[in-house]
Amino acid sequence: MNSSKILEITELTTCFDTPEGLVRAVDGVSLVIESGRTLGVLGESGCGKSVTALSVMGLLPKPQGRISSGSIYFQGKDLVRKSPRTLRALRGSEMAMIFQEPMTSLNPVYTVGEQIAEAFTIHEHLPKKLGLQKARETLFQVGIPSPEQRIHEYPHQLSGGMRQRIMIAMAMACRPKLLIADEPSTALDVTIQAQILDLMLNLQEETGMSIMMITHDLGVVAEMSDHLAVMYAGKVVECAPVDVIFNAPGHPYTLGLMRSIPRPGRKFSSGKQALAEIPGIVPGLIDPPPGCLFAPRCDRAFERCRLEMPPLFNLKDQSGSSHGVRCWLAESMAQQPATQGGRT
Amino acid sequence: MKTFIIKRLIQALAVCLVISMISFFLLFLNADPALVLLPPEAEVEDIAAFKKQMGFDRPIIVQYLDFIGKVIFHADFGNSFVAKVPTLKLLAERVPATLKLTASAVLIANLIAIPLGILAAVRRYSLLDNLSTLIALMGQAMPLYWLGIMLIIVFGVWLGWLPISGSQTLPHLILPAVTLAAYLLPANMRLVRSGMLDVLNQDYIRTARAKGAGEIRVFIVHAFKNAAIPLVIITGLQFSILLGGTVVTETVFAWPGLGRLAVNSILMGDYPVVQAIVIFFSLCVVIGNLLADILAAFIDPRIRQE
Repeated sequence: MNSSKILEITELTTCFDTPEGLVRAVDGVSLVIESGRTLGVLGESGCGKSVTALSVMGLLPKPQGRISSGSIYFQGKDLVRKSPRTLRALRGSEMAMIFQEPMTSLNPVYTVGEQIAEAFTIHEHLPKKLGLQKARETLFQVGIPSPEQRIHEYPHQLSGGMRQRIMIAMAMACRPKLLIADEPSTALDVTIQAQILDLMLNLQEETGMSIMMITHDLGVVAEMSDHLAVMYAGKVVECAPVDVIFNAPGHPYTLGLMRSIPRPGRKFSSGKQALAEIPGIVPGLIDPPPGCLFAPRCDRAFERCRLEMPPLFNLKDQSGSSHGVRCWLAESMAQQPATQGGRT
Repeated sequence: MKTFIIKRLIQALAVCLVISMISFFLLFLNADPALVLLPPEAEVEDIAAFKKQMGFDRPIIVQYLDFIGKVIFHADFGNSFVAKVPTLKLLAERVPATLKLTASAVLIANLIAIPLGILAAVRRYSLLDNLSTLIALMGQAMPLYWLGIMLIIVFGVWLGWLPISGSQTLPHLILPAVTLAAYLLPANMRLVRSGMLDVLNQDYIRTARAKGAGEIRVFIVHAFKNAAIPLVIITGLQFSILLGGTVVTETVFAWPGLGRLAVNSILMGDYPVVQAIVIFFSLCVVIGNLLADILAAFIDPRIRQE
């Protein structure tokens, strides 16, 4: 174990029991986050990025969801083998998570002060009064004006952006080493979005925490992340430093995602769509077909793609950083199949 | 909050007034009080004289205004035809017994329904959940008087553990209170269960867990406080069912409360007493709802703001 890795996920597989059958929502995912850095996890809905995060936090919905294999080393300890009690002690103190829906993620019957103070009650066993005082300090830290007054307000009295700040304050309360942010800005207005992302960057600078940034927004990834892992149908299909991927995307899916960003100058003219879309939908994960799961939607797929799942090939680019690509097209350029996922 | 309570109190008074009017007219539609009160062999002249003496010969609307005027300005519900004492005095003797019975029933029902409902939700589809569903179904389907009689047979007659009628001691309270509680328990338990199931799927429960809250904290502090809001409101509404229930239960167990007084007064044509009980019951229902609304507003800040 390298001490600078705060989180190392290896070959994680997470399954869900559904009435239709067993779903492997996360299938052999390997990721690394280094201390103080940000890993962006990119993918469309249902690709397994949130389930990966919930697996790390030990918050999989029970009894349907469970980790069936793999390991999650957090600060050198394998969370998969830890008791629920140990995980609970880590949640909210060493690692924290914020969610997509600020409108519904706060308890409506408690003041925001009480909800932030609870983190101190749970982890530092502070009495309520002291907890509230620290909640006030935390609110101040996340840039909320007049925290004295805010701590006595209820969630329904606050705007979406303000609620997400409260969520961040709650997550930051005990100074976690790792913050998992699951689409933290998706539900917000664009201007508020930028404020929230800025706030997270500032807090990272101040505290030196690591961030796992889950998003489907390439812009957010570009702004926030050092490394990027692109997920598709429960697997990591590409991972590398952000600039490497942005300069030379190796997987047809990543390429498709980048082409589907609207750019000024490109116009919809005479029925010819300038904005590329990826045809088709993500395949069902119950009894998936053999071969690459992106093959049915890939315009460069060939025979082998439909028969055999490609490993994660490791491309070495000029700068020497590792660049993993799960695609047969990358085979010729690869030095050897990467045994592990991307590292950040 | 203050204006909310005042507004609701005014509404409550209006409701009571309307109920008094309806019940007054219904009683007179039911039968001529003079015929009920006088022996069947009474002569026509006697009846006419009696009607004049009691004021029954006046138009019904005048009688009502006379009655309600006395109630409002003098708190005078008239005298009981049978006991010949002020109606209010009769009521005052009976109210404590009925309140004791209903309060115990609500207490017993919720003390069992709340933990059982929470457990059933937390261990959904477990043996405990299925068993409690079955019991709830049976409880809901069982008529009150039948359950009362069964309890008397088992615990009073066969086992001889508990007294079966009267109200002298605490053990006397057990069987009627349990009977009445059995009436409330199934609905409340199901309400807590479904409320908890709904709340446990909310995003804020996941937030609480992400914060490191233990399961008991999640269930009680975060989930139950939210799930309790419908329970509080329903308990307020149940007052009306409960008061109806006391009529049957008090009769079965010879409990000296308002319910039994109501039954006896109806049978004997003691209209002033019936009238007063109806108004008192409606007042109880209205106040019960008001208290429930206030308590719900106390729990949920969103209701407070409305």
